[in-house]
Amino acid sequence: MSKSLRILVPVKRVIDYAVKPRINSSKTAIDSNGLKHSLNPFDELSIEEAVRFRERKLPVSDILTISAGPAKCSDTLRTAMAMGADRSIHVEVPDGPETSLEPLGVAKMLKKVVEKEDRNLVILGKQAIDDDSGQTGQMLAALLNWPQATQASKVEISEDLSSVTVTKEVDGGVETVKASLPMIITTDLRLNEPRYASLPNIMKAKKKKLEKVTLKDLGIEEAGKTRLKTLKVEEPPPRKGGGKVEDVDGMISKLKELGAL
Amino acid sequence: MNNLRHSVLRAARTQFLQPSSLSRSQPASNLRRLLSSLAVLEQRDGKLNLSSLSAITAAQKLGGSITAFVAGSNIQGVAEEAAKVDGTEKVIKVENAAYDKGLPENYAPLLVENIKKGGFTHVIAGHSAFGKSLIPRVAALLDSQQLSDVMGIESEDTFVRPIYAGNAILTVQSADPIKFLTVRQTAFAPAIPSSGSASIEDGVDPKVTPNIEWVSEDLAKSDRPELASADRVVSGGRGLKSKEEFDRLIPPLADSLGAAIGASRAAVDSGFADNSLQVGQTGKNVAPQLYLCAGISGAIQHLAGMKDSKVIAAINKDPDAPIFQVADVGLVGDLFEKVPELTEKLKK
Repeated sequence: MSKSLRILVPVKRVIDYAVKPRINSSKTAIDSNGLKHSLNPFDELSIEEAVRFRERKLPVSDILTISAGPAKCSDTLRTAMAMGADRSIHVEVPDGPETSLEPLGVAKMLKKVVEKEDRNLVILGKQAIDDDSGQTGQMLAALLNWPQATQASKVEISEDLSSVTVTKEVDGGVETVKASLPMIITTDLRLNEPRYASLPNIMKAKKKKLEKVTLKDLGIEEAGKTRLKTLKVEEPPPRKGGGKVEDVDGMISKLKELGAL
Repeated sequence: MNNLRHSVLRAARTQFLQPSSLSRSQPASNLRRLLSSLAVLEQRDGKLNLSSLSAITAAQKLGGSITAFVAGSNIQGVAEEAAKVDGTEKVIKVENAAYDKGLPENYAPLLVENIKKGGFTHVIAGHSAFGKSLIPRVAALLDSQQLSDVMGIESEDTFVRPIYAGNAILTVQSADPIKFLTVRQTAFAPAIPSSGSASIEDGVDPKVTPNIEWVSEDLAKSDRPELASADRVVSGGRGLKSKEEFDRLIPPLADSLGAAIGASRAAVDSGFADNSLQVGQTGKNVAPQLYLCAGISGAIQHLAGMKDSKVIAAINKDPDAPIFQVADVGLVGDLFEKVPELTEKLKK
């Protein structure tokens, strides 16, 4: 096989980042009914980066995007395709606390797809902004025994695809690592600025291939078994705004009063 | 928390001493091993990263025996320092320069071997860049669903963690035989090395060659306190308008308070401040005694990273900015006047 990038971009449908989530009355979950959902912001960065590889004239054979979840995930995949992904797979998983996939389950699912679709680069968001775990990319790298570059803020792939150099955001600065394909990259916010899908591209995306499969089709029903049991979901303790002061002197004396100075 | 620790210990001891009575009352699969935690510590250039000792604090809250783990070159000193942390029974060290940069590609197999050998029930690391990249990889290798950014420990299998940028707090129970946790460093104050005298042993070294190469690093050099652990943080946002203004106004204010410098995502995205200074859901979590911010509106994503601060003070020209709903002290005004005035008055 000639050398080319065969990219997989997993995406997640989440409650829009600007919406403040509500906890349901039985305190068992977030009530997402009727709330605006969108593509997880870090996943937008992943698609953008994949599309830019192609625009930089790297040999990209195709960009496959995948999402697991209820029916509406197909909207998310259409968005990803409108941004430039070529085709997509929707793994249908019914909604609900018993059925939603945990990062380990997602990683197992992705491993299957990577093998089946012969991928050599997987670009994931560094975390989903709903569950905030930040695990899936690393877990997938572990299961495949591939190198991982997490929290990438810059990715450089050599023209002949022999090396991938990634600058990662770490505590206190950046770190640069180098590996060869196949590998896993997770995106940090600084990586790029995702494009908006244009109307013509949104129309075109409707014609792109969207394959629907189940965990059973992939032969990994056990990936859907949850390890964690939610006991409760609560509001964080509320903070009471302490009111305002008139001037800088007022601020200093209030801070002294509160023991902060 | 002490109560919790004692009750878990007692429960563990009871089980240990009376296996027969227990097997009657519970299915055999429920027979729990004695609680035993591995705290994965960070080191850099032969120096222990003290904030990683929050892993030991979390292990203390769980109860049971605590083993600390360090790997790298010239780590005898690091191991000795870790051995001084009260409550640590043993330190496992693996002396090999291959682990100096903490590359998960070889560090994960290293941990897997040592976890298997030690039979640990809990593996804990700080929720730092090191812990975040490493622990999920180890957990997956041992088929366990990790818990990230744990802020509370209710019992040996029940943990509390924030979701949705800290807008909801999840209490969750894990059924996995080995629990993997990364812990929020502002929720578990790092254990301080004092008079402990744990034994130091060499761990197993599988000597896996990493399939990735460490090339270089560029760490911001600063005499200021480290952002994640500072007592005081001064933070600037989009309201600063430019990098020049950020650099002109924020560092002197931070100096007058001996504070670390932080920034909002908007300030980072606009290039006013380095990414490593970002406070929020996608940046750092801080919980200082004083969080003083200027020109930050208080978006959900930012509040996620600082709302556990003891005292929050805000300067913003918009009286309706959401930051004022959480600020203990709010000043409505032009930061270009108020910040220099505050800096001057604090110097006195």
